[in-house]
Amino acid sequence: MREDDPLIEWEWIIDNSDQIFARLVQHVGLTLIAVVAGLLISLVLALLVYRRRRLYGPISGVAATLYTIPSIALFAVLTPITGFGSIVTAEIALVSYTLLILLRNIVAGLASVPDDVREAAEALGYSSWQLLVKVELPLALPLIIAGVRIATVTTVGLVNVAAVIGQGGLGQLILSGLRSFFATPTYVGAFLSLALALAFDVLLVQVQQLLTPWAAARRPRALSAVPQSPVQP
Amino acid sequence: MNELLEWLSDPAHWAGVDSIPIRLLEHLQLSGTSVLVALALALPLGAYIGHTGRLTLVAVTVANIGRAMPTLALLVIFLPFILRAGLGLGFWPTFVPLVLLGIPPILVNTYIGIGEVDPDVREAARGVGMSGRQVLLRVELPLALPAIFAGLRTAAVQVIATATLGALVASGGLGRYIIDGIALQEAPRLIVGAVLVAGFALGVDWLLGLVERRLAFRPGQRRHTADQVELRAAAPASGR
Repeated sequence: MREDDPLIEWEWIIDNSDQIFARLVQHVGLTLIAVVAGLLISLVLALLVYRRRRLYGPISGVAATLYTIPSIALFAVLTPITGFGSIVTAEIALVSYTLLILLRNIVAGLASVPDDVREAAEALGYSSWQLLVKVELPLALPLIIAGVRIATVTTVGLVNVAAVIGQGGLGQLILSGLRSFFATPTYVGAFLSLALALAFDVLLVQVQQLLTPWAAARRPRALSAVPQSPVQP
Repeated sequence: MNELLEWLSDPAHWAGVDSIPIRLLEHLQLSGTSVLVALALALPLGAYIGHTGRLTLVAVTVANIGRAMPTLALLVIFLPFILRAGLGLGFWPTFVPLVLLGIPPILVNTYIGIGEVDPDVREAARGVGMSGRQVLLRVELPLALPAIFAGLRTAAVQVIATATLGALVASGGLGRYIIDGIALQEAPRLIVGAVLVAGFALGVDWLLGLVERRLAFRPGQRRHTADQVELRAAAPASGR
């Protein structure tokens, strides 16, 4: 980043397109693993909480504490245990950050099911399992997907920080640019990361419209029970 | 564990440039100044947007970009410009992104907090002859205070967390331990840094949470919990 360097050297981008593409793919992979694993864990936790209300306080408290810990600190603490540059180190931290957002939105979604709908299903002879799968979860979908959207966009940003511990997809480009004082990879990484977050978000809105056609008449619901904007590093 | 104790018992880590007290102080200074400057910028703008209802699109856009922008990128994007301006490494390349990071939560919560003020209350204030300025300063801002404070809390925790990454651009603070610990492959340094940053963030979050709850439960006022406020604050940000 010397004075006379151009901000973007297009030649570098063309010469390194393979590497850039590989980083992008890695970034998508890290994000997907984190969100899918986070969603599965949160679903189990949410169902547990839904049957045993007393557990909501402690479980969401733990999730909120994890959420407040700066990601770089969590990555750093895990490194001596699970290893530098290990995908496990990165994913433990990344999954931890999705839990609070997803858990709160799933619980809020389940709680938003009107009581008369639930009673009607019970009167029709639905077992509690059928009620959950056929009535409650589908009705909770808009809020659940709203949570997935926020968790995904947050995770795309957080994955970058994992570059500090030798993972991190596009974050590696950002960091290598920083270390060598060469702006181009940094801007490429930052731009692609933003674009990826946006693309995931648009895609998830489409998924929601596909899965909840009854809500299509209205605008996709943007409501979310996220407690605070994500703390990234 | 032994290594950790050894590291902690080294007097060089308790006094001098690279000592724990100095690094903590640096971290506090860096994040404190950034949050205050962000507040000074975001509060008037948020108040203007909330009071007049103009420029709402600006606020929503700022919030959206703020959410999707990777903090690591934020730190690096401005670096070439700061270096070109001759400000050098260290403080400025960390300070500028931290201020920008602190603005969205405060801005959004301020304008939403003011927008949430009961229209009857606003009308009553007009009715007793208050000017627009008086309505804002004496009615809207006090009523929006819990929401504004919730935004300030979010901003503070984010800034404290991100100030850690400043060590990548040669700033001081607790991030030094983490970044240097990784570079030197020195586990005790790394762990001390990580635990201190996490403790710092959790501590500030807890402390500001206490104040926030006090503000939220003032008598004679609609109960306004942090969750409610932030639930609303989150809505425009994800409503693309």
